[in-house]
Amino acid sequence: MLIELNNVSHIYQDENNVKALKDINLEISKGEFIGIVGHTGSGKSTLVQLFNGLIIPSSGTVKVNGKNITNEKSNLKETRRHVALVFQYPEHQLFEETVFQDIAFGPKNLGLKKGEIEKRVKEVMDLVGLGYEEFKDRSPFNLSGGQQRKVAIAGVLALKPDVLVLDEPSAGLDPQGRKQLAELLKYLYQELEMTVILISHRMEEIAELASRVIVMHQGEIVIDDTPVKVFSQEQELHKLSLDLPQITEILHRLEEKGLKVNTNLFSISEASAEIIKALRSK
Amino acid sequence: MSLIEINGVDFLYENDDSDRPALQNIDLQIEAGDFAVIIGSNGSGKSTLAKLLNVLLTPSKGEIFVAGLNTNNRDNTWKVRQKVGMVFQNPDNQLVASMVEDDVAFGPENLGVPTEEIRQRVDKSLEMVGMAGFQKFAPHKLSGGQKQRVAIAGVIAMEPDCIVLDEPTAMLDPQGRKEVMETVQYLNKEKGITVVHITHFMEEAINADKVIVMNQGQILHKGSPKSIFRLVEQLKDVNLDIPVAVEVAEYLRQEKINIPDILSIDELVDALC
Repeated sequence: MLIELNNVSHIYQDENNVKALKDINLEISKGEFIGIVGHTGSGKSTLVQLFNGLIIPSSGTVKVNGKNITNEKSNLKETRRHVALVFQYPEHQLFEETVFQDIAFGPKNLGLKKGEIEKRVKEVMDLVGLGYEEFKDRSPFNLSGGQQRKVAIAGVLALKPDVLVLDEPSAGLDPQGRKQLAELLKYLYQELEMTVILISHRMEEIAELASRVIVMHQGEIVIDDTPVKVFSQEQELHKLSLDLPQITEILHRLEEKGLKVNTNLFSISEASAEIIKALRSK
Repeated sequence: MSLIEINGVDFLYENDDSDRPALQNIDLQIEAGDFAVIIGSNGSGKSTLAKLLNVLLTPSKGEIFVAGLNTNNRDNTWKVRQKVGMVFQNPDNQLVASMVEDDVAFGPENLGVPTEEIRQRVDKSLEMVGMAGFQKFAPHKLSGGQKQRVAIAGVIAMEPDCIVLDEPTAMLDPQGRKEVMETVQYLNKEKGITVVHITHFMEEAINADKVIVMNQGQILHKGSPKSIFRLVEQLKDVNLDIPVAVEVAEYLRQEKINIPDILSIDELVDALC
């Protein structure tokens, strides 16, 4: 098992002592694309920080590739090479003078040779769609927000992780930026066979990309299933103040009003075709 | 005269090495009481335009009048800022005090409003954004939507004619977005405050009086939401989303199914069933 959580609970040690996670059991296999959804404060971000030992839980064990990373002797540096985390607004962490230096920072710290570093920087800039010659010498601070986010993600990819965890990577991006990011994640998952774990409030994104969806509520995993099964539980999701993808919401509403449509569709073109079919056979 | 008049405005950032100005040839009127929504992809010039409205920037060419005051005239700067309040994207960058009421009081204090009146304005502003009772809270303990509403209260406490919101919902979760949008709509419809709202989220433009589409520093289209969202292909060409219900209606029309102009999911469902 790639990542395995057994009876994990976590309490933040501050004045509120909030129990952020309650008795979580979870297994993640290599090659999955997991979408994590939940209301703000449901424990999503805390959960993913367990995966590479950024947070050591108050109780329970976390294993990565079979190794327990919750005991003191564990080699977290090694774990973090395998499981890399892209935080919210990762562009706030850019600091170097040039795009090249920023992306090269991780590989340099791994002790890689100059030639290998350059090769990796080229590779990941190509992956995220930043032309190497055009961008390598520019200051990351003079780029647009969308371009800065690409630099930050490239810096994480340059570590060549097996597992990429992203915490709301599309927040604040415009439609084109979101589309490019979705294409990138699809490519990493399908072509490079990376395991991807994506936290998002955008149900459209989760439905389009994930092979498995985990729904969190008040520190617990309340649903863990395929996107089709998760998004067919309309009532349940609304109770957790979560939305359906808008297009799926439209199908549900039409069905309630008596139009016979399949509600398990997430793409606008497929759903529209379904509505047309239903209207014609009415 | 309109509340805001923008006449032939260009804006070029200093040290900008790009080959076109950030804004080019902008003509726009915002009437008192309007709910105007500006949409456009990253880099289209939306935020630059917002900053011109309360004199954080002044035009490189052309003129802007706010309630008849020319923003190019330095003597008008503070008068204009009192009439046009700004709310920005990141709530954490806007709250400065350690208690909600001090934060909201910051603006009126700087305007030299008497203490007793400040107290009244703070309470009234917090009530208007649905945050009554949060006076003594620490801002960092609030949710994103709550923080953003406190930021809005801080602006309202200065009693502006107009609020300009620059992507106030971009960093919020769906719940926070809903809270902020309901607040802004309430302030516009019930309190008569003119709103200029800048966003990526097309759904937030559905209830506007006027939608302005920007692309590459220019105004591409302006008009009612219905007239704008009829331009499905043109909007897609400039990397903008259109509301999901509008897109579905467009698919149906291509198949010769007759659908009236609709914008929201409610309207679509009603039209079909």
